[in-house]
Amino acid sequence: MTASRSHRVRLDAITHRFGASTAVRDINLDIAGGELVALLGPSGCGKSTLLRIISGFIRQSEGRVLFDDSIADALSPAERGVGIVFQNYALFPHMSVGENVAYGLQAHKWSRERIAKRVAEMLDLVHMGEFAGRKPRELSGGQQQRVALARCLAIDPKVLLLDEPFGALDKNLRLDMQIEVKRLQRQSGITTILVTHDQEEALSMADRIAVMSRGRIEQISTPTGIYDTPQTLFVNEFVGTTNVLRGEFIDGSAVQLEHGVVLPVSPDKIFQQGHAVVVSIRPEQLRFQPAPSDGVFTAIITTVLPLGAQVVYDVALTGGPSLKVAEPRDAEGELREVGATVYLAPASPAACHVFPAS
Amino acid sequence: MEADSRLVLPLAALFTAFFVAPLVVLLLLSLHGDIAMQGWTLGNYVKFFSDPFSYSILIDTLLLGVKATLVCLLFGYPVAWLCASAGARWQSVLVFLVILPILTSVVVRTFSWIVILGRQGLLNQIVTGLGLSNEPLRLLYTEVGVVMVLAQVQMPLMVLPILTVLSKLDPNLGDASRVLGAGEWRTFFRITLPLSLPGIIAGCILTYAASITAFVTQTLIGGARLIYMPLNIYQQAVGANNWPFAAALSIIFMITVMIVVGVLGAIGRRSEIHGRA
Repeated sequence: MTASRSHRVRLDAITHRFGASTAVRDINLDIAGGELVALLGPSGCGKSTLLRIISGFIRQSEGRVLFDDSIADALSPAERGVGIVFQNYALFPHMSVGENVAYGLQAHKWSRERIAKRVAEMLDLVHMGEFAGRKPRELSGGQQQRVALARCLAIDPKVLLLDEPFGALDKNLRLDMQIEVKRLQRQSGITTILVTHDQEEALSMADRIAVMSRGRIEQISTPTGIYDTPQTLFVNEFVGTTNVLRGEFIDGSAVQLEHGVVLPVSPDKIFQQGHAVVVSIRPEQLRFQPAPSDGVFTAIITTVLPLGAQVVYDVALTGGPSLKVAEPRDAEGELREVGATVYLAPASPAACHVFPAS
Repeated sequence: MEADSRLVLPLAALFTAFFVAPLVVLLLLSLHGDIAMQGWTLGNYVKFFSDPFSYSILIDTLLLGVKATLVCLLFGYPVAWLCASAGARWQSVLVFLVILPILTSVVVRTFSWIVILGRQGLLNQIVTGLGLSNEPLRLLYTEVGVVMVLAQVQMPLMVLPILTVLSKLDPNLGDASRVLGAGEWRTFFRITLPLSLPGIIAGCILTYAASITAFVTQTLIGGARLIYMPLNIYQQAVGANNWPFAAALSIIFMITVMIVVGVLGAIGRRSEIHGRA
């Protein structure tokens, strides 16, 4: 494979409206050459619209798209040099695998010999060399995706756009393909934008994640940054699981929760005393305590879910909501029993994320 | 399951009485010398194939179908494409316009064409008015006129199957083609057209079968000098009172049409297998 130079992509204050509704609003994103950035969000958050704007299928209402510091707004998708892997792969059903991969090269007026050589090279790259004569319908989902990748990379695009590419694959195959795509991306150094609603996919593949909601980017950070220090309640709830408790801000170090417990916190942001807040604690950040004391929840176990490497307990707080608690499973140890009274506390004040109540 | 199979009996009886039986009668009739049906003979068939005038009518009819179908396809495909790419609201308006001819009586429709195509007709007034021609164009009672009218009348039969296939086409395929560097023409000829082939074939079968058997249109627009198979059969039966020969003509016509439709259908099935994702 030719070493493709890595290209930078920049979105400068992009806003797009469909009629009266605003699909994306004031998006700023700077993607470095060779980086893999995931646009993560629920359906309807504007991530697909943004992908179509970057690829050039939609012209944004406001703002600029820059490829390597030159404005790409007036360029067609082909002129921008983007490669897209569609959610349903969009392989041409009436053409063989080889013809699919050759299609872009023919459009670029390559000679017959060069095309043949390139097609073989690309199919080998995705381990599909022996399938050149097959029709797409004779392939499994994973194989179709490999062909879609080969077809897209054959024309050596500047930027690779992946639109929910793993959604149609079953779980085990999905992981294999994610590793495969990540390998190809690293190997070629191609700047890649991945659109997904699957947080695990974003966390495992991306260098950085932009979490989107209602047309805006809520937070851009590394996967661990998104998970450990979410900046909004939306990000916190969308990425990973969490427990959300209502309460009132007392001062910079404590929150009075609705059902009685005063929880020590260390928030980034200080609220007024008495301000309604929510406190979010991830299940694995709750620790079982030997005895009740200040800042400790008392609860009764209602459900035990032994999920392999860890055990998740559903517990009901006395006079309050229920919480999820995750504990690594000790092969020798016994599981806690339903109905047992337990005492729980956050691992540290920093594990409690405080957000304004909506 | 036995009860289920008995449910088809009424329809089977209807088909036997009004479709299979008349065909058998037609076949038997064609194998006799006269209406009295005495003595078996292949004479009617021998007469048809030894008479150049008879089979030139058959050839003319089959060719008329080809011409009408091609014109229909040429105009119908863009219409179907327009319908498929229009928004939901415009699509229903366009589809309504397309099927409008079916909703009018064939006789009314054909007479309005006579008004349009005649020597003093609308079309000639426009042509001479614009100075495009000094002489009025001869359209009525010519094959050109027949083809024009057939193409218009059968248009829905061409547009609807193509529209169905086009609107089921994955829009990502076009996007994928453009992203790979193909222009609109390449995208059309390499992706859209091949994948809409099943609809094209279905539309062609329908328009072809409808065009060559369109007795009213052929006769009223074509006039008495342009003779096609339906008129020929009619004249033999009613005019010459030669029912056995008319029956033989019908059988020959039916078999040739079945062969043409069968060949088109086979091509259609092939393209469908190729096109399926």
